[in-house]
Amino acid sequence: MADDRTGARVPTVIADELHIVYRVNGAKSGKGSATAALSRILKRGEERGVRTVHAVRGVSFVAYRGEAIGLIGSNGSGKSTLLRAIAGLLPAEKGKVYTDGQPSLLGVNAALMNDLTGERNVILGGLAMGMSREEIKARYQEIVDFSGINEKGDFITLPMRTYSSGMAARLRFSIAAAKDHDVLMIDEALATGDRSFQKRSEARIRELRKHAGTVFLVSHNNKSIRDTCDRVLWLERGELRMDGPTDEVLKEYEKFTGK
Amino acid sequence: MSETTHDDTVAATAPVSPDEGLTPVELAAKYGLSVSGARPSLAEYVRQLWGRRHFILAFSQAKLTAQYSQAKLGQLWQVATPLLNAAVYFFIFGLLLGANRGIPSDVYVPFLVTGVFVFTFTQSSVLAGVRAISGNLGLVRALHFPRASLPVSFALQQLQQLLASMVVLVVIMLAFGIFPDLSWLLVVPALVLQFVFNTGLALIFARMGSKTPDLAQLMPFVLRTWMYASGVMFSIPAMLEGKDVPGWLADVLQWNPAAIYMDLVRFAMIDDYGSSYLPPHVWAFALGWALLTGVVGFVYFWKAEERYGRG
Repeated sequence: MADDRTGARVPTVIADELHIVYRVNGAKSGKGSATAALSRILKRGEERGVRTVHAVRGVSFVAYRGEAIGLIGSNGSGKSTLLRAIAGLLPAEKGKVYTDGQPSLLGVNAALMNDLTGERNVILGGLAMGMSREEIKARYQEIVDFSGINEKGDFITLPMRTYSSGMAARLRFSIAAAKDHDVLMIDEALATGDRSFQKRSEARIRELRKHAGTVFLVSHNNKSIRDTCDRVLWLERGELRMDGPTDEVLKEYEKFTGK
Repeated sequence: MSETTHDDTVAATAPVSPDEGLTPVELAAKYGLSVSGARPSLAEYVRQLWGRRHFILAFSQAKLTAQYSQAKLGQLWQVATPLLNAAVYFFIFGLLLGANRGIPSDVYVPFLVTGVFVFTFTQSSVLAGVRAISGNLGLVRALHFPRASLPVSFALQQLQQLLASMVVLVVIMLAFGIFPDLSWLLVVPALVLQFVFNTGLALIFARMGSKTPDLAQLMPFVLRTWMYASGVMFSIPAMLEGKDVPGWLADVLQWNPAAIYMDLVRFAMIDDYGSSYLPPHVWAFALGWALLTGVVGFVYFWKAEERYGRG
């Protein structure tokens, strides 16, 4: 009770027996024909043509301020789904997530439009993340410079569909990383682009981490987890298999994956 | 250790602290954490939505621009599309079928074109509304914003499309010798009310479409039926004249919101389309439909706010 250190451990995210279920329409039975669909509708009893995917099964944990938490697990183990649920973007089937402030996913890809110029996408992406017009105006040049889009000519005034995939990824990251967050969640494969851009974006993520209260990082790269996280949650088939200090969990995980 | 069970993991990492033994709910309450993704109160929701007004506007403009950005003529299609639409309806209903019964023939083209544009406004708002959530799941699952931003933004996009159409309409009016006068100002309140009505419908269908995406396939037929029943290409009273239809049916046809907004815009712009063509209490109905649909739609949409984004 007299432990001083614990007084500083302020929880920022609490997951309580969280279950997430996806419903997928029209994925039942192999045949995709109209007659197959009709017979499914006529068959009573089972839910018509709907398949459910139980992506997260009863996960509980408490995250504290100042922690950087890595999420590991094989493909399809529910890591990204868990992040979205923490952010309140995916409704829980059962259980609850409590958070301090608004957790945000790092990424604005979905708000950007390929047919618009890079310039307009910077503004649209910024607004979609909840920045004000003034904030965007103030940071606009910084975002463009960071992306390095204009290094090879005036590309920012061209539609994004004319960009190479690397250039588009760089611009998307630059927009996403322009805002500071309380609880920040980073999904893997963010550090795209060429070597020099990767270095720049890693530095930017470190900077964002400093400002954020709690950071979640999803990655398949054990090295980057080791570098950035002090605690790791290991998910397998939607269940929390292990939760503990980075070294311990990674050792077990590497044994499990046979590395 | 490799087969660590769930209970072990909790025990291994739980800190020794005064919070030991608290249930997650008590812990959350103690530190003032709130449920992630919970639905805000109605007033708070309105405030959040207002806070996102710049995003709503920018998103609608972006959609509008992106629509024609691959075409050679570019944004010219914003005006060309409604013009071609009107030409098709004129060819079929004006020339082939002669639906212009009861309307002075020199007024028929403005009458028809106004009807087509105003109805298209409602029609495309509903169609965009159905897909507002179900067609933007990526966005809904990636970023935080009041979800009503999407249907409202799509309705706003249609309003901007309509304003482009209105330019075409003015040219057509001038070509048929109908010149601007003060009564044209009545177009503004009529379209504002229609916009509120459309937004309400878009919100309603956005929620229904998010649960049942099949509506996107069904709605075009419902809307086409509505269009033919609303007197887009004919005058309802003139068409019903001398036919043995029950009185209530005539009332339903005349007071249906689409017919009312169309008639108001026609009445405002076309001198020869006088108040004798309008049903009684037409402005009261226009206002009533707008308020009823707007409020019901907004509350209905808000009620499911925390559930959007589920597949």
